Amino acid sequence: MNFDFSDDQKALKSEARRFLEANASTERVRKVLDDDARPYDEALWKAVGQQGWLGAAIPEEFGGLGLGHLELCVIAEELGRAVAPIPFASTVYFVAEAVMLAGSDEQKSYLLPKIAAGEIIGCIATSEGPGVTTAATLKATVSDGKLSGVKLPVTDGDIGNVALVLAKENGKPGLFLVDLDDAGVTREVLKTLDPTRDAARLIFKDAPVRRIGGAGEGMELVEQVFDRAAVLLAFEQCGGADRCLEMAKAYALERYAFGRVIASYQAIKHKLADMYVKNELGRSNAYYGAWALNTNAPELPVAASAARIAASEAFWFASKENIQTHGGIGFTWEMDCHLFYRRSRQLSLVAGAPRVWKERLVSQLERRNAA
Amino acid sequence: MDFNDTPEEAAYRAQVRAWLEANAPKTHYSGDPEGDGSSMAASKTWQAKKAAAGYAQITWPKEWGGQGGNPIQQVIFNQEEAKYPVPPNPFQIGLGMCVPTVATFADQPTKDRFVGPALRGEEIWCQLFSEPSGGSDVAAARTKAVRAPDGSGDWLISGQKVWTTGAQFSDFGIVVCRTDPDVPKHKGLTMFWLDMHSPGIEVKPIHQMSGGSGFNEVFFTDVRVKDSQRLGGVGDGWKVSLVTLMNERLAVGGASGAGWTEFMEAARSVPGLDGAPAIKDHALREKLADWYVQAEGLKHTRNRTMTALSRGQTPGPESSIGKIVSALQMQDLGNTALEMLDQFGIIDDPELAPLRAGFHSSLMFAPGLRIAGGTDEILKNIIAERVLGLPGDIRVDKDVAFKDMPTGR
Repeated sequence: MNFDFSDDQKALKSEARRFLEANASTERVRKVLDDDARPYDEALWKAVGQQGWLGAAIPEEFGGLGLGHLELCVIAEELGRAVAPIPFASTVYFVAEAVMLAGSDEQKSYLLPKIAAGEIIGCIATSEGPGVTTAATLKATVSDGKLSGVKLPVTDGDIGNVALVLAKENGKPGLFLVDLDDAGVTREVLKTLDPTRDAARLIFKDAPVRRIGGAGEGMELVEQVFDRAAVLLAFEQCGGADRCLEMAKAYALERYAFGRVIASYQAIKHKLADMYVKNELGRSNAYYGAWALNTNAPELPVAASAARIAASEAFWFASKENIQTHGGIGFTWEMDCHLFYRRSRQLSLVAGAPRVWKERLVSQLERRNAA
Repeated sequence: MDFNDTPEEAAYRAQVRAWLEANAPKTHYSGDPEGDGSSMAASKTWQAKKAAAGYAQITWPKEWGGQGGNPIQQVIFNQEEAKYPVPPNPFQIGLGMCVPTVATFADQPTKDRFVGPALRGEEIWCQLFSEPSGGSDVAAARTKAVRAPDGSGDWLISGQKVWTTGAQFSDFGIVVCRTDPDVPKHKGLTMFWLDMHSPGIEVKPIHQMSGGSGFNEVFFTDVRVKDSQRLGGVGDGWKVSLVTLMNERLAVGGASGAGWTEFMEAARSVPGLDGAPAIKDHALREKLADWYVQAEGLKHTRNRTMTALSRGQTPGPESSIGKIVSALQMQDLGNTALEMLDQFGIIDDPELAPLRAGFHSSLMFAPGLRIAGGTDEILKNIIAERVLGLPGDIRVDKDVAFKDMPTGR
């Protein structure tokens, strides 16, 4: 039994933490938060690219470091801790993963080296409006290799160079790569709950596309990509949740009320213990997801669902109870608590809401137990 | 990151499997889910077999009858043993808590006298700590020990203990007593071992709200013990009891019984809303997902603990979350199952209710599990103080002589 990261992976994690403490402090995050004209932290994005993180799981033959997904998991956890305002998840967890999973040799050779080098930003466009997108609700259409339709919200759609778009071709869903600099694409920036992670409305009018994966296999491919992204997002959520617990603890130990630190009241101690329990459940499920992702195990869909559900719950609980522990000061714009509260919602919704994943999980358990 | 044994662990597992295959019971028997001792003969037979082969306490030194093994080997044995229908283990309180305490504080002849019979399951031990006046607050014990007036140096113990697991079939026990009421509560306690068959001891099984009787009240009336039965110094009983309690969280396991798989099975056949099977009910499906994720979270938390053990490290604090999560889930799952049954849920006749009323058993046993071995609230205090490093509670009784402490019910 070796259910832990290796010493090398832990060293990478420490290095990532030091790097992000120096280059992605919450003061830096706030420069994106407070400036509508800044969709992301370009300097941090460049620096992260120079660290090689964008290509951590991309094979060396395509310009990556060829490390593996466990290395990507530890990096993700640190990015989550830092609430890093960069399009890392869109580009790496969704687009690079999709290309590695289902791309043709040509698509891999073209896109992966550019992603690893930080030359392009990617994004994924599945949603078209309120509610869950399914094959039945899908409206965007590809015909004769041209895409028309509207996608929103598309996280990083305003800054992306390439999008993975779910659309119907011959009446069946497919997944398509679209160059967002094409004249057939119009972008509108949306106002979002977490301004440190921008999103856009993408309007396609006869934009040229190249299909990724098989014809009519779009929904299945999106599910597979979401499974992979879910594990990596779970590590971001664990990182964020741990940071919230640390913030709550630090504040509770210095804040006095009724003549003693509030950390000495059981109401606060039990709240923090509850956070700890949820964070550990999230972390243990995320570890199992990491194992399944790294070994491409058949358990991945179930493991990814469990990781996403547990880590979403942990980050949501920790981010809201962190504000509660801080009291009034926690409700101010100047205090960092709301950065995590906002990000916890962004991360829980970006690859589909937890309740959707719960349904997916139970459907899979039903099938597994019937077999 | 992998789930494989190291070569040494794999070799040990193979050895354990071979031994179990040759020796472990293969057929189920009617067990005693509430721990009332009804399967004691089977338990003793199995324990003696394990002891003869060195598997009773693998981490104990060889001169005590162990293997001098490491904790991961004990975990491997437990995993493999759990695959067989072995009888319950009423020896663990003795072997995990009482006997190590005796071994730490008693003289060599006493140690030699007790270790072997306990290991072989010939003698059973109980731990006499909780009292009517102190469950979470163990140091508030009122059971008193006073020197016998005959000048023999013996002690006379009087008072009452409660929630004593297995007292009704125990041969020996360790008991924490008040020997000095004039000093603050932690300073006036002393620990003894005693023979549970001594004159003056009366054991009354507690009729639990769940119907069973795994726990007992134990009454002491001038029970005479020799001074040589004292464990540690006079007034050092609290320190001695900490040695015992350190092991308690390891000994009190998580919830067993109906889990998400049993719920899912039942939900397939029970009609839900609009005549569709209950498994189609999205409210229940969300619950199932939550329970699965909790169960998996605990399983993989144990895997993290195993990893630490496998590397020869002390497991981290993550191992402290198990009972809080599993006991609450047991209660929620039992209750949700009853609600799923709708009006039929009030019936707990095993001939009629699903899973032979297993969901009802969960519902009725869960309140006890949320209290035993540290209440939910005490465990949260432990996480807050020992894991997160938050301050201890303000102790209003810290510098007050025990006899002057305010008492209510």
